[in-house]
Amino acid sequence: MRLDLLRSERLPNIWCPGCGNGIVLRALLEAIDQLQLDPDNVVLVSGIGCSSRAPAYTAFDNVHSLHGRAIPVATGIKLANPDLTVIVVTGDGDSSAIGGNHLIHAARRDVDITVVVFNNYNYGMTGGQASPLTPTSSITTTTPNGMLDRPFDLVKLAAGAGATYVARSGIYFAKHLVDHLKKAIAHDGFSLVDAVAQCPTYFGRFNRKGSAGQMVTSQKDWMVLKSVAEKKTPEELAGKVIIGEFVNIERHAPVSAAAPKEQA
Amino acid sequence: MSEKMVLMQGNEAVAEGAIAAGVRFYAGYPITPSSEVAETMAKRMPEVGGTFIQMEDEIASIMAIVGASLAGKKVLTATSGPGFSLMQEGLGYACMVEAPIVILDSMRYGPSTGMATKVSQMDLMQTRWGTHGDHWVIVLSPSSVEESYQLTIRAVNLAEKYRNPVIVLSDETISHLREPIDISIPPVLVERRLPTAKADYLPYRTDESLVPTVANVGTGFRTSCTGLVHGESGFQTANGHVAEALVERLRDKLFNNLDDIIQFETDRVEDADVLFMSFGITARGVSEAVETLRSHGRKAGSLRFITLFPFDDDRVRKAAGNARTIVVPELNSGQLVLLVKRVFGDSRKVVPMNKINGDLISPQEILNFLREENL
Ligand SMILES: Cc1ncc(C[n+]2csc(CCOP(=O)(O)OP(=O)(O)O)c2C)c(N)n1
Ligand code: SF4
Ligand SMILES: [Mg+2]
Repeated sequence: MRLDLLRSERLPNIWCPGCGNGIVLRALLEAIDQLQLDPDNVVLVSGIGCSSRAPAYTAFDNVHSLHGRAIPVATGIKLANPDLTVIVVTGDGDSSAIGGNHLIHAARRDVDITVVVFNNYNYGMTGGQASPLTPTSSITTTTPNGMLDRPFDLVKLAAGAGATYVARSGIYFAKHLVDHLKKAIAHDGFSLVDAVAQCPTYFGRFNRKGSAGQMVTSQKDWMVLKSVAEKKTPEELAGKVIIGEFVNIERHAPVSAAAPKEQA
Repeated sequence: MSEKMVLMQGNEAVAEGAIAAGVRFYAGYPITPSSEVAETMAKRMPEVGGTFIQMEDEIASIMAIVGASLAGKKVLTATSGPGFSLMQEGLGYACMVEAPIVILDSMRYGPSTGMATKVSQMDLMQTRWGTHGDHWVIVLSPSSVEESYQLTIRAVNLAEKYRNPVIVLSDETISHLREPIDISIPPVLVERRLPTAKADYLPYRTDESLVPTVANVGTGFRTSCTGLVHGESGFQTANGHVAEALVERLRDKLFNNLDDIIQFETDRVEDADVLFMSFGITARGVSEAVETLRSHGRKAGSLRFITLFPFDDDRVRKAAGNARTIVVPELNSGQLVLLVKRVFGDSRKVVPMNKINGDLISPQEILNFLREENL
């Protein structure tokens, strides 16, 4: 890992011991490094949440915006300077609850940005409340008797809204995660990676998921590679989360009804 | 009509003023009575090499212009009350990260959806206090189409100079008014100051101007910004002293420059015994009323606020002459009058004159009011 991509003077970070955010951040830096992007041309934009603190620890331009609003800020930056690689760092709540409207519209417009969702199935920063990605029956501080609603399937949501690259991965599958982040960032068009990480402090503790280490290694038990899942029956896949690449299509190419007039 | 005059609608004048001032990014969401700004920009931005985007709502609109501003563009959005309410969190963010942005709020009637096509001046205090926390904005108030053009240019310049949100507070009538205006004189443009040296770069370090030289993203300075309280590095801190210094600086960067920011227009204040204080469209009725009163021998005068905020009590007191009676006509239940009363206490008779039925205050109504109130 290239240490010059971090702002070491800003460490230690605010995250709890065993938090998964650092591992997603490491994978993101690895992907940026492997793509050999010029760090001067990379901008990380985030919302509010534990995960959204990640960009401030990096050596890139970083914009820590408001809860849910990273995507419109990133849209403004990208349209203002299309040469930049604009990456949104966001949480499951940040992107799919308060920011859900922005998410689907950016996907629909196919804005050329990459959204990396640090998905820990709850609101870490505010003390472990339910998010729209919290699985049914899970205990959180706002679902003390178990989550009644169904969660979004973020992959289907983004795909349905028109994203042209969508993938899911987990931090146990470190190389898989880096590879899909790389493809997402390199993709021309709107891309989203649902990066499953753990919040041992809240979601893990309330739902008896064991230690942080156990939460990471257990990903291999409940996550199934898409290629493997394709050969399984729905019964065999019950309770499993499928990882891999779900959408990878050509960018939507807009055609203007009338070419703009000469510059004035 | 002379050759350099063009007939323009108030909203078009805002759009054209913004373009003349260098605005090359517009994000917005349609709402009456501001939509013609978006429609004009949708057509004009591609013609001048700029970007227009219709966002999914006003929350996204203001955040998109903040993003484009951080990337170095001069930016505009336009809205009306309901949308302006949604923009409040973004307005506070722009204050905190010191992103130059300009917002047109064309006031329509009422709380909530109100009356979309009727005029009011009910958002005055919202421009000042709409977003949470101690913060400071510049609010400019045009009372003609020509001034909509000129003040939008000024708004863009002030936003860039002080790295602060500037609100152009217009209203339904001015937005839809058509008047001949002169756009032949090229405006003086102000560019934001940018850092020069990458070594020891700190985005929020300031000199005596108190305005930071935050680098535009994507220019190699590896800059940081956050709506959290931050020190010079742009990195979050929970240090109360840093917080205090930051919020004080956000105030002082404007309040140290009130001569540059504050503008009034006064008319025969010197010998006036009755003085009207007003802004925006209401000032036009006032100006005719003053004319009529003077022709009848009554010593009337007018002070029109061009800059509404920052509001400086001392400057208002000095500009107000010695009139015993100050009448404050406005299209709301009494907002500007609160400030005027604060300035004068019991030293003058300050009389509110309010109209809240969606119509304008006519000169005749002002004359009648003086008579009925024995002023
Ligand atoms: C407008 C607004 N509402 C609520 C909050 C409080 N808040 C801060 S972070 C957060 C949830 C974060 O959850 P998520 O996006 O999943 O990030 P995580 O902390 O889990 O990484 C909430 C509700 C806020 N900052 N702003
Ligand atoms: S609360 Fe959860 S998400 Fe937040 S830092 Fe702690 S472990 Fe990580
Ligand atoms: Mg979360």
